[in-house]
Amino acid sequence: MEHTSLIERILRGLALTLVVIFFMFPILWIFMMSFQTNETILRIPPQLIFEPTLANYTALITGKLMTAAGTLDIAFMRNLWNSVFLSVTSVAVSLLLGVPAAYAFARHKFRGSEDIAFTLLSFKFAPALLVLLPLTLYFQKLGLANTYIGLIWVYQLICLPLILWIVRGYFEDIPADIEYAYRIGGHSWFATFRKIALPLAGPGIAAAGLLAFIFAWNNFVFALVLASADKQPVTVGALAFITSSGIQYGQISAAIVLSITPTLALALYAQRYLVEGLSLGAVKG
Amino acid sequence: MSPTALTISGVDKFYGPIDRGVHAVKQLTMEIARGEIVALLGSSGCGKTSTLRMIAGFEEVSRGAISVGGRQVHTLPPVKRNVAMAFEGYSLYPPLTVRENMAFALKAARLAKGEVDAKVASIAKLLEIEDILERYPSSISGGQQQRASLGRALIRDADLHLLDEPMGQLEPQLRAVLRGRIKHFIKERGLTAILVTHDQTEANALADRIAVMEGGVLQQFDTPERIKERPANLFTGTFVGEPPMNVFEAFVGATAGRINLRLSDGLSLDYDRDAFSAPVRDQLLSRERVVIGIRPYAVRRSKDGVPARVSANQWLGDQTHIAADFAGGSLVLVEHDRTRLDLGAPIKVSIDPKNLHVFDQASGTAISHGMELA
Repeated sequence: MEHTSLIERILRGLALTLVVIFFMFPILWIFMMSFQTNETILRIPPQLIFEPTLANYTALITGKLMTAAGTLDIAFMRNLWNSVFLSVTSVAVSLLLGVPAAYAFARHKFRGSEDIAFTLLSFKFAPALLVLLPLTLYFQKLGLANTYIGLIWVYQLICLPLILWIVRGYFEDIPADIEYAYRIGGHSWFATFRKIALPLAGPGIAAAGLLAFIFAWNNFVFALVLASADKQPVTVGALAFITSSGIQYGQISAAIVLSITPTLALALYAQRYLVEGLSLGAVKG
Repeated sequence: MSPTALTISGVDKFYGPIDRGVHAVKQLTMEIARGEIVALLGSSGCGKTSTLRMIAGFEEVSRGAISVGGRQVHTLPPVKRNVAMAFEGYSLYPPLTVRENMAFALKAARLAKGEVDAKVASIAKLLEIEDILERYPSSISGGQQQRASLGRALIRDADLHLLDEPMGQLEPQLRAVLRGRIKHFIKERGLTAILVTHDQTEANALADRIAVMEGGVLQQFDTPERIKERPANLFTGTFVGEPPMNVFEAFVGATAGRINLRLSDGLSLDYDRDAFSAPVRDQLLSRERVVIGIRPYAVRRSKDGVPARVSANQWLGDQTHIAADFAGGSLVLVEHDRTRLDLGAPIKVSIDPKNLHVFDQASGTAISHGMELA
């Protein structure tokens, strides 16, 4: 261990604290707002001391939004469930399709393989708004508008390229000879894929899956246009808090807290595995 | 004649489209008998590893056929070829211990546990890795990984054992010991092995026959002795042998009962006509220019030789390598005693025609070795 003087450690701690406060402040502020009423939130100057209330959370969970103009029904819990369902299913489908595809692109150079891989990536180039109108028209013709299947399908535009390109890199990092050694030892390529390639690329697959999940969770515009209220995720559902009698900051904050909790929990949980995976560098013998 | 273990006939390897891609192996044809150890020897990029990988089934054969034990295998997946391989990059499975890595192929072949343990123990003893059997690949040294990888290949009961640079990472002493043991092991069990190496000492020590490759072309496929004594062409002549063969271009001239080989710088090697056998003499006299090759061991210092000037003098502990400026090039000679010669000292060298290798000037093909035609 290198020796550091006391003052150095204090300065370092101070710098770290500043950085953490800088990045965490919005989240902290939202967290605090979620326990306040609109009146206390909008006080000028803002105050750190307030009387916490659970009213916002109660309103979200019961689905009854009290406004000055009366009681509104909001489908926040429904939206939350939609978000979970859409993101999980989309990522699962993407993993199912993307991981074998990534393996194929990493291991087999076939005619046009680079072109196909690039085309898949190019889905991410087009601005979503550009594809939305034709997509909406097609979906209405096909009867896919306002269905979970249609949304999950569109979400592949977000998840699939991401998973494909990240996981491909991980597969390419595994020396092909490890797989050859397994195959020559009496195993089919599929067994090799399952027993050698998948476990070794595991951390990469987890990272890609996590990223894809976050992107899917945060998606707004596809779900806004292609789904109606009962299929919408939280990102779109939050619009309901902009009511005729004003913006419900308290409820929005509570909704944000509730909706970032699953991704945050997932990220914290997966983090251990990600770090573990990165230290598996010894694969390169 | 023992049965054939491996037949490679007219094999071409292209990376990229056939006839347009990189032509890594060109029209390779060779046959290896059962129980034979063959070394594929050549510098980097000569096609030796490509050949090995085609046999194993990791690279497609662009043209031609490969049979193992009479069975055409070049279209089969690796799992069906019944070959074992030790990889240059070791390629041990990271999540398994050395023991599991070695036992793994045996378990796939459904051997009883007792038998597997006995085999692992005997191979581990052979390769001196008994103490690391329970360790993981990431926690052992490169040399240990290499031995584990070699063990994983040797432990198997396959038609063919392919060893890609199997000892490159080992310390010299251990390498020498293991060479002997591995050769004994392979011979005792009657295994057939193909070894890829760029180390000619290893090839000479282990192999029954050596296949010298260069530029994707098989240059010569013969016993180590014959490759040393009768190199088929200039490439094999200069590639095999340490220090390498001295080569010089020479004009052939004949005057009154003598043959002289005129080198550059006005030097000339002068021989009596009868110093050459009749067929060699005829071959020499039918040509205007040839390339002559002399092994460093065959160059002698003498009182009435051709002049040269010492440019380097190295004592290697058991022999002296003397380099001298000679005929516009450099001539290396080896002496077994410690020779004290200062830089720039004039010496005289003579070359016995019995030790002269003559090659065609244009094609590099051998014409004669000493008194015999190639």
